[in-house]
Amino acid sequence: MLRNTLERAEKAKKKKAALGEDVDIEKFEGEEAGEHEEIESLKELPDKYQKSLLKVGVDPSEAGRAGSFLQVDQSKVCSNCQSEAIELMGLPQALEKYDWVKDYMWNAVPVDTDKYTAKTALGEPGGYFIRSLPGTKEVFPIQACMFISDEKVAQTAHNIIIAEENSELHIITGCSTGSDVQSAMHVGVSEFYLKKGAKITFTMVHNWAEQVEVRPRTGVILDDDTTYISNYILTSPVNTIQTYPTAYCQGENSKVVFQSILGGQKDSVLDAGSRAILTGKNSSAEMITRAVSKDESQIYTRGHLAGKSPDVRGHLECMGLVLSDDSLIYSVPELEGSSTDLELSHEAAVGKIAEEEVLYLMSRGLTEDEAASMIVKGFLSMDIAGLPPELAAETKRMIDLSIQGM
Amino acid sequence: MVVRLLLEITDLAVEVNGKEILKDIDLYIDKGETHVLLGPNGSGKSTLFMAMLGFPKYRVIRGEIIFKEEDITNMTTTERVELGLGVSFQNPPAIRGVKLKDLLNIESSKKGSKPASEELDPETIALAEKLNFSDQFLERDVNLGFSGGEVKRSEILQLLAQEPDFIMFDEPDSGVDIENVELLAEEINVLLDKDKKPGLREKSGLLITHLGYILNFVGANTAHVLMDGRIACSGDPNEILEDIRKEGFKGCVECCGIH
Ligand SMILES: Nc1ncnc2c1ncn2[C@@H]1O[C@H](COP(=O)(O)OP(=O)(O)OP(=O)(O)O)[C@@H](O)[C@H]1O
Ligand SMILES: [Mg+2]
Repeated sequence: MLRNTLERAEKAKKKKAALGEDVDIEKFEGEEAGEHEEIESLKELPDKYQKSLLKVGVDPSEAGRAGSFLQVDQSKVCSNCQSEAIELMGLPQALEKYDWVKDYMWNAVPVDTDKYTAKTALGEPGGYFIRSLPGTKEVFPIQACMFISDEKVAQTAHNIIIAEENSELHIITGCSTGSDVQSAMHVGVSEFYLKKGAKITFTMVHNWAEQVEVRPRTGVILDDDTTYISNYILTSPVNTIQTYPTAYCQGENSKVVFQSILGGQKDSVLDAGSRAILTGKNSSAEMITRAVSKDESQIYTRGHLAGKSPDVRGHLECMGLVLSDDSLIYSVPELEGSSTDLELSHEAAVGKIAEEEVLYLMSRGLTEDEAASMIVKGFLSMDIAGLPPELAAETKRMIDLSIQGM
Repeated sequence: MVVRLLLEITDLAVEVNGKEILKDIDLYIDKGETHVLLGPNGSGKSTLFMAMLGFPKYRVIRGEIIFKEEDITNMTTTERVELGLGVSFQNPPAIRGVKLKDLLNIESSKKGSKPASEELDPETIALAEKLNFSDQFLERDVNLGFSGGEVKRSEILQLLAQEPDFIMFDEPDSGVDIENVELLAEEINVLLDKDKKPGLREKSGLLITHLGYILNFVGANTAHVLMDGRIACSGDPNEILEDIRKEGFKGCVECCGIH
């Protein structure tokens, strides 16, 4: 890594994040990169791990997948790719293989963003490299999984995803912890680069243990005529999550869509936002969030649209249902227009379940609880747009599975 | 032993938001009968249905409702429905993300002891076809963006899946085109056992209508006119409708004595 980068990381080692509770990184232990043995295929994993993977949309049979990547703690355990259209490997391997990969490091996410990015830069390497080759359209997704197997582990990953010109790339990522893990930390830095005419869909399901601290750091850089679609699903308890992916719509006609399904349970604190910096002519952003808070959970949903050139459009929508007196949903939409002829809007509604809807279902024979649960599930099961048909059906199944416990 | 009718509403008064909407309601409906409820806008017809369903806003302040020999006045909505009450709403709410198909599945599973499954059973699919609903339509969120007529047909379809013993129809014909009124009437007749001889009918109904056109296809035993929260007049449905057409509600009620 460049010396300059390392120096900046060193300086940011103690820098608190702008948002979210400050995590004491020292409480967790970094693992070594070679600790877990590599396998050829996810099929070789023990049954109990396979089950955890399935819950976050990662299919251990690898059926219908272009390739699979698994990182356990800090070790790359599996990386295989059947598609000719895509290159998949660990980031350290990519840095070795291609001289130019280093030029993509820390451009979409500044290394000195906060102590979490600094930790990722300075600690043991980890993460994946995915690149779709120019002009290719692989309909099957790459599946990637970040798994924490041990108590008190601090897992870091630095992922670089590049969609070359006129290529289409679909990624499913699942993050999970072993059933006996309670407390751990995950930092995932993901940098997406979309070249002219490229499209990436990125669907992420989180299913952490109850005391896990999660700090993803994501940046997306979009060139002309590109589309980036992010789907984020989190409905299981966690300690705290703070994430605020930022898309830089620099290219003309670039388009970004963030869709999030957030279910707060127990005393989880979810702080999830998305930001789009619209500088490209005619670029657009859409952000849709559905949030449901239960128990003592707190959900902060943030959205920031910055329109900086003419003819850009952005829409932000957050719908929240507060199901318990001790939980809260705090929606913070921000619109920033600094050019003429742009159109930015937002729409937010936070409330309780409509009594009229509950009574309607009760008058068809459902109990009050059944009715409420049906309404909540319906509310969360939003239609995910922009995926190829098979992947859309699969994602629908993933969402249905995730919201069963709500 | 007193022989009780299927439904006995005695001296019922209902309050909404602190205002007494229904007063002194007496209504008796026996097994196999269909009654019609007429009355001007705002007279309290829908309120009576909501109160019979036990919706919390509609507070019973006097009187009682006996259904199948049980006092249901204080039961929850779910309990009343389990006992055999059913309703098609005048303006049902749309529920985002809840598909008509999911609802039909639950409704048809509640009546038997069938477990609810992912896919609809063939009988329910056949019912949907009879009401001119395509498979795709069943995938839509219930009542969301449904046209007026689609709402009414979907309500009747859900009742067909449910098969209640006593059914309240709140303006099933309002906003429905002539052909669809006939289609709906046909299914309402199925719901009310009209294909059986009067003495053999198990199902009963109470139907709210404004225009009465649907009564050309659905036979009714008695009609009641609700005015300002009171049943002002009861009698032969055709005669009463005729009076209302000629004399208006007020005139009809004034000459009610002769029925
Ligand atoms: N939830 C409510 N809150 C306030 N007022 C109500 C409510 N429900 C009914 N009312 C009032 O009670 C009265 C009777 O209303 P209801 O809906 O029962 O009339 P209706 O006879 O069904 O009329 P329509 O023929 O127009 O459907 C009206 O004045 C109405 O505004
Ligand atoms: Mg009404």
